Parts: sequence; structure tokens; C-alpha cells
Amino acid sequence: MTLKSITLLLISSAATAPTYLASASERTDTAGRNLQELVVTARNKSEDVIPVQTLQGDELQRLNSNSIADALRYFAGVQVKDYGGVGGIKTVNIRSMGTNHTGVVYDGVELGNAQNGQIDLGQFSLDNIESLSLYNGQKSQILQPAKDFGSAGTIYIHTRTPHFEEGENYHARAAIRFGSFDLINPSVLAEIRLGRNVNASFSAEWLNSSGKYKFRYRRVNPAGELAYDTTAVRQNGDINATRLELNLNGTLKKGDWNFKVYNYNSERGVPGAIVNNVWRRGERIWDTNSFAQGRYRGDFGRFITLNNLKYASYRTHYVNNDDKQVKIDNLYRQKEIYFSTANQYSIFDWWHVSLSYDFMWNDLNADMYGFAKPDRFSHFVSGATAINLPRFKLQASALGTFIHDRLKGQESPKDKQEFTPAVFVSGYPLRSPDFSIRAFYKKSFRMPTFNDLYYADMGNSKLNPERVTQYNFGILYDRVRRRVVNTIRIGADVYYNTVRDKIVAYPKGQQFRWTMLNLGRVRIKGVDVTALVTVNPVSDLMLTLRAQYTFQRAIDVTDPSDNYYRDQIPYIPRNSGACVFNASWHGWNLNYSWIYVGERYNQQENIRYNYTQPWYTSDVSISKNLKIKKVSLRAMAEINNLLSQDYDVIINYPMPKRNFRFTIVAEI
Amino acid sequence: MKSITYIITLSMTLFLAGCRHDELVVPTEYDIINDVPDPETSIRGFYLVNEGNMGSNKCTLDYFDYFTGLYARNFYAERNPNVIKELGDVGNDIGIYGSKLYVVVNCSHKVEVLDSHTGTRLGQVDIPNCRYVRFYRGKAYVSSYVGPVLIDPDAPKGAVYEVDTTSLKVTRKVSVGYQPEEMEIVDDYMYVANSGGYRVPNYDNTVSVIQMVDFKQVQQIPVGINLHRLKKDRYNKLWVTSRGDYQSRPSRMYVLDKRRGYNQMIVTDTLPFGVSNMAIRGDSLYFYSTEWNNYTQSNTITYGIVDVRTKRLVSDNFITDGTDKEITIPYGIAVHPETGDILVTDAKNYVSSGTLYCFDRQGRKKWSVRTGDIPAHITFLKRQDHE
Repeated sequence: MTLKSITLLLISSAATAPTYLASASERTDTAGRNLQELVVTARNKSEDVIPVQTLQGDELQRLNSNSIADALRYFAGVQVKDYGGVGGIKTVNIRSMGTNHTGVVYDGVELGNAQNGQIDLGQFSLDNIESLSLYNGQKSQILQPAKDFGSAGTIYIHTRTPHFEEGENYHARAAIRFGSFDLINPSVLAEIRLGRNVNASFSAEWLNSSGKYKFRYRRVNPAGELAYDTTAVRQNGDINATRLELNLNGTLKKGDWNFKVYNYNSERGVPGAIVNNVWRRGERIWDTNSFAQGRYRGDFGRFITLNNLKYASYRTHYVNNDDKQVKIDNLYRQKEIYFSTANQYSIFDWWHVSLSYDFMWNDLNADMYGFAKPDRFSHFVSGATAINLPRFKLQASALGTFIHDRLKGQESPKDKQEFTPAVFVSGYPLRSPDFSIRAFYKKSFRMPTFNDLYYADMGNSKLNPERVTQYNFGILYDRVRRRVVNTIRIGADVYYNTVRDKIVAYPKGQQFRWTMLNLGRVRIKGVDVTALVTVNPVSDLMLTLRAQYTFQRAIDVTDPSDNYYRDQIPYIPRNSGACVFNASWHGWNLNYSWIYVGERYNQQENIRYNYTQPWYTSDVSISKNLKIKKVSLRAMAEINNLLSQDYDVIINYPMPKRNFRFTIVAEI
Repeated sequence: MKSITYIITLSMTLFLAGCRHDELVVPTEYDIINDVPDPETSIRGFYLVNEGNMGSNKCTLDYFDYFTGLYARNFYAERNPNVIKELGDVGNDIGIYGSKLYVVVNCSHKVEVLDSHTGTRLGQVDIPNCRYVRFYRGKAYVSSYVGPVLIDPDAPKGAVYEVDTTSLKVTRKVSVGYQPEEMEIVDDYMYVANSGGYRVPNYDNTVSVIQMVDFKQVQQIPVGINLHRLKKDRYNKLWVTSRGDYQSRPSRMYVLDKRRGYNQMIVTDTLPFGVSNMAIRGDSLYFYSTEWNNYTQSNTITYGIVDVRTKRLVSDNFITDGTDKEITIPYGIAVHPETGDILVTDAKNYVSSGTLYCFDRQGRKKWSVRTGDIPAHITFLKRQDHE
């Protein structure tokens, strides 16, 4: 048990170590199997030049989370926009820079959405997820696709990779979750060894929920008398989704490869805003997202090459059936082709250089009148170097991005080129290896999305990229002992970010119409604090406390004549945080988590009409692991929003009151 | 262990500092405006409806009283605390008839009826996707994007609903063109501007004529694409604006009049400039026009006056003191029926508080005040003893 917690703690750093990256250290399984890796990990935690937050393995599965978006709430510096319910859209914003500056990488290849630049993380279940990592700036390895150097912050999602002991030829797992909102969510996973060096895994999941939950709005007048108090049931929030995923993994004499096919299919209702006199809406969305990706990694001593290829197709069908509104029926199709080659050469053991080139093609087609049907050719070239001395690490990179858009029947806008540098350093100023400091500087940008540029009437093809500059300084105290207090890890980062040429909607022409302009300027000062303590008071009893606190002052400095000049930007709380407490004993596991999001404003002006109350929820889960012959069983019961708080994350999108979920997992 | 204490202390501090409290009824805010009325005036004040961005449920009502000098911002919730989720989502028009104030709340699919002097709620009339309200002989008429019978569910025609102002019940409905907007009633006929704004590029281009006696559409007069505003002057001519298609076909204003001896309205004039919104007082038609210039990436805004007799532009800027440069996007216009003061609202970026400006007849700013989000529609309230 002791070792397990060390694994949890340290592999997070290991995943980033250049030399050990590959499959070995990413294969972070449960305790026993990974003794070997553990040693490797522990020795190499110092390779980590960039702050990373990771949740993985059992710890991830024990959190009361429906989706990846729910789990990300436990990371410092992250704000999740949640429109409520199982099918509600969930997007993340790292350090107030905006959703579009967040990269999301699924098993080594970035997920894209050229249409609006936002990834709905509510669509990604935690079912077969092995680890979830958040990097501010970029991943601290230089052998990575050029595109990975491009985001202001990146979330890495790793699915489970098969790992067979001698004599094992297959693993199988079946799970079922059910609970409130009429949720039914069965899933299966099969892992088969196809040969000495090849294995396959297949994972499938079905999710069905009526999305119905009770919510409540209550107001009192200043004298304390009840003005109104109403409880209603959320309507049109149903979802029916399937996910299929097939992986082939192989190891070669010098390197390894992976091939993946992914398909997600869903139909959901869009519950919409709850406003006066409207309690039900008629919008529906069908999504079909498919991609195939291949990866080859070759390891030839001083030279390592990493190559990726991906084809993706996304289809979104939106219908508004509300008989009080004019009917809308739109179909959007996106296609993406992506190729990347990343190459690293080690000049000395302590000095590495890398060169990467990525090509991407995006295409968007919509059956809307006046739609420009754009496609985009992007080239990314990056050069990077890493220096790893015993007490000092450095990583520097520069990325060049070249973008060419084509439009049907319209003149194409000017090509865009951007160069963005980044420098990361970390070191051990004291003799002790427990205490380290780190700092980084990074410039990045986001391209205007197809919607920003070409959406009928609203888009503006003259837009420039939105630019971000980040400065970060942090400290980390990380101590592992074989005593009662097993691990103490406390990290703190202060940062200063600026967003320039922020793409904002601007009123245009007559009546209620908009266009997009590079108008906004935002300044962000923030502090992220994370802490992890594991205590082992008596043998077999393991207590873990994980906490994060985020302070953000993100102000709009666009124009002194605006009435929201220097006001906190919408939906960014000054204070937010989370605590997770876990106790495990003889296969029993108790988990308590508390999430806090402080007061926010739902629009740009910080006036009381835009004030949104803080919210904080407590979630509890209890689980028991059993082993009957060769079958491992796990049963888990969860209560979410234990105190049944009535809150909105986004104004007029009420969140569920107290709700329950049960999970049974069987594995051989 | 120290760190645990630290974490616990920290979370406790957070907990106490940032607790939730009871959600209070949205309070009214007051500003004082010095605009002394003529003691003989029949106007007591005016109501302003702020549309609020879609989905925000921030349609709010402001009221200015010339006699107290108090500008009450967002008074609806405080006056009517028991109404669940307040006034609603996206206000679209306001009007007073008799002792009742009618607020058309588009995305809440209702017309809210208040006592015009106290602002307290009398009831609501559910009308889907309602747009504008006009009154005639004890009835309120409300245009709606959604007709009573869905002949073609993919392209429903709009309708005008007739509401009895005593019982607040819908009495009759008539199907008109696509997405009808403003209306006027002249000589027992109602004229409705049809936009077809949801049918791009197949905009509607007609004004529907409804015979009031049997409430039937008797004619559709072709005027111009994407019609919006429709106002009558004191000579019973109709002034109708077309929004154009925002691309090659610009916004225009048309004049409809009856030929001598005939009862049918025909288009008599097309004014060679765009009009976004207008208000008529006497022989002066005050308007503003906003057009997006893609080359300069900015709006070109004009504030003009047209003489309704000659149909000529007599001024191309009724704001004479340079205040027009402060206005980001004009969104509403009204003229005080007695003093001739011009009220113009600025909707700014649509998602923050707007500003209401008052100009005297010479076009000099008298005062301005902060409003709710997207200040848009104004109606004047008569003094009770002058009704």
C-alpha cells in the first residue's frame, strides 16, 4: 500500500521525463505490477522541468466523476464551464486564458475542433482512462509533435494500455454504472495478447440517461420573507451515447507502435436556459465523432523518432424543434488530416535537441445559406532543446505556425504566420533534492476558429490570432519517507498572463447583430497551490489528502471608457479550490471530495445584477474491492452534492440536487 | 502535520469568507436626474424596457418620473417579488393603453401586463415568440413569429394575436407573412411589416393588410425585403423600413400612402438612405441608421431628421454637441410628445449596461443615465389627472 501511493505521486512526474517517456512509464497500472517502473520513476522525478498535475489509476476512478470534465475540477488553475446534467456541455479554461487556448491530447494526438475551437470534455468518459495530466505551458519533454508546443496549457488523456504478465493472454473487464437521472452506463473492455510483441484492446460503452433532475430556485426579499420558491424537473437533457475504441499495440526491437480507432455517437437534448415562462426547450444535437490514428516510435540510441498520423471526421446535426420558435435544422461536417514527425537527438546525456514538423488539414462544411465552406492548411515547425544537469534543468522551444485558408466562392484571407518561443527552467537551490524552484515564460496564440472567421453574417475574415504571454514562477516541496507521514508534497505557482487581441463579439450594423473583432485585452494574476499528504498511521490503513487552491485576478483592460474596465472577467472566481480525502483499508475505500468555486460575475460588469453566488459541493463515495478466485470485483456507491446545494455554474443552467450513482466492476 | 493544519485553516477561512447566502430579490437602483417638467405637462414619466441578452433572463424595466426626478433602474422584481424568474428573457416592445402597461417579452413567449402607474403585475398573456404590440378600440394586437396553424412546419407564417384588454385573453388570431414585426392601424385596417428574417435569402418583402372588422388578411403589399419598422405620421402615411440583406442590398425606407379616392396603400417614395429605427413627432421623423463598413471594420452611424411632408432629409445629425461619438450602437429612439426632447439609447456591446441619453430639440445633451442591458423601447406615461 505504501508503494502504491508513491506510485500515484511520482509517476506523475515520470510521465514527463524525456528518456523514460514511451510506453514503459506511461503504463501506470495498479501497485504490484509496477515495482520495476516505480524505481525508475522515483529516480527520475527530477527530470520534470514543467509543473504538472496528474490524476490516475485508482485515485481517478474513485473520484465522483461522470466525465473527464468533472475530474479536471480537482486541478488548480482550471475552471470548468458546466451547463449541467449528464449530457450538458462541459469545457475547461486554464488560468483564465479562455477555452480555445487549452489543448486536449488524447493518447498522443491533439483533439481538434476547427469550427469553434472548443472540446466538449463531457463527451469523454473516465471508463478506460488511465491518467489525466494538466501541463501549464507545455509538456516537459521535447520529443513531441510541434503542435503540442502551441497551446497555452494542455490536458493529456491516456487510455489504459494492456500490460501482460508472463503466461497471461487476456484481460477482460465489465462494468455497469446506474443511478440518478435514470442513468444506465455499461461498459466492457477486452485485452488480448496476439503475439509476443503485439496486443489488442477493445473497449465499448453505452450511456443512457433521461437527464431529468430536480432543481430549485428560491428568492427572499431583504426583510427575509420568501419571495418565491420553486422546484422543477430539468427537461430535454436526455442523452444516448455509445463509444467504441479499438487499439493495437506493438513493440519492436527498437521502438513501438500503436494504432487506434475511435467512434463516439450520441443523441442528446439541449436543456437550455431556464428563464421566466420557459421550462422546456426543443433543441437536439446528434454527434458522430470518429478518428483513426497511428503512432510509431523508433528508439535508436541517441536518436529517437516519434511519428503520428490521424484522420478524423466529426458530424454534428443540430435541430430546433421548439414549436414556439422558427425551426432550425443544420448539419455540420468536419474533416481533419494530421501528420506529425518529431525527432530528438542527444548530443550528450544531458543535452538533447529536437525538431518536429506537423501538417494539418481541416475542412468544414455546413448546409447553411451563405456559409463559406472553408478549409485550412496548417504547418507547424518546432525546434527545442533540453539541458538536464543534476541541479538545473532547462527547456527552450520555438514554434513556427503557417496557416493558409481557402474559401469556396470567396477571396481567401491573408496567410498567417506566427513565431512563438518558450523557456522553462527548474533547479534545486538547496542541497536537498526535496525542494525545487521553477519558472517559465511562454508566448502562444490561438487561431480564430472557422466560426469566428466565416460564420454567416457574424464571422470576420480579417481577424488576427489572439495572443497570450505567460510568466510563471513556482516552488515545490516534495518529500517521501517511510514513516507515518509518508508523503508531503506542496507546490505553489504564481503567474502573470496577458491576453492581447482577444477575439470578442462586437455589435454590428442594425439591430441585434454581431461581428468578431480583435478588441479585448485581459491581464491575469494568479496563484495556484497544490498539496498532497499521505499518512500511514497503522499498517494497511492509508490516508490521503489532496488539496488545491486557486486565486485569480483576471481583469479586462480593453478600454478605460468601458464600464467594465478593470473588472474581473465573466465566470472567473477570485477564489476556488478543492479537497479530496481518501481512506483505504483492506479493500475498503472511502472518498470525500469538496469543491469550492467562489463568487463570480456572469457578465463583464462587476455589478450586483451580474453577481453569481459561490457554490461548493460535497461528494462522497465508498467502495469495496473483492477477489473471488480469479475475478476481481469492485462495488462503489456515490452520493454527489451531498448537502443538495442549489447552484448554477452558468447562470440559468441549474445543476442537480443530491444524486446517486452505483458502480460494479468485474475484472479478470 | 503543520501543512495539514495550514490546509484546514485555509479551507475554513475560505469557507467563512465565501459562503452562500439567501438569493435576494433583485433590488432597484435609483439615480437622480434634474429635468424639471413644465407644471402644465400631461406627461408624468416614461418606461424603458431593456431587452437583455438571449438566455440571460435579464429583461428589465426602468422608469423615470419627471416629477420626482428619480430614475428607477430594474424595478420589476422589487415591485413583483413573487414572480418566478422575474420579468423574463429578451424584452421586445412596450406600450401603454388605458391604465395598463404591456411589456412584450419575446423569449419568455408572453406579454406581461402591469398597472401603468404602480408597475404591479396584473397578469400575463401567453403568445409564442411575440414581437410588437399596438392598441385599437379596447384591444391589444401583438405580432408573433409563429402562426396559429402550422401549415408548413418548416416555414411557419407569422400571426397577429388580438388580446382583450379587460379580460387579458386572446380573442382572435390572423395569419400574416413571415416573421412579422411592427404594425400600425389606419382607417380600420392594420398594416404589418413582414421580415422573413429567418428565411435567408428568401426574405419576405410585403406589408400585410388586415381588415379589422373580420380580422382577415386582405392584401399583401410588396414593399422591400426584410421589413422591420412601420410607423404612421399624422397624415396617415406609413413609413416602413427595410433592413436589406446586410450585404449587397442596403437598408432603405419606404413611404406608403393612399392614392386620392382609393383605399389601397401603395409605395409612393423610396428614401435613398438606410434607417434602423425612427420616432415621429409632428412633421419631424427622427431616425438613426447604423451600417457596418467592412473596409474600416466599424459602424457608420447617422442621426437624421426627415420632414414627413416633403419626405426630404432636413438634418443629417440631430445630435449637435458631439455626444454622438460617445454612442457605440444606438438601439432605441423616442421623442417626448410635448417638449420634443429626443431620447436615444446606447446598447454598447449588448452584454453590459447601456446608456440612455436625453437631447433637447437643438440636439444638445441634457442628461444621460445608466440603464440595464440593451436599452431599447420607450413609452411615455401620462399624468393620472390628464388621462
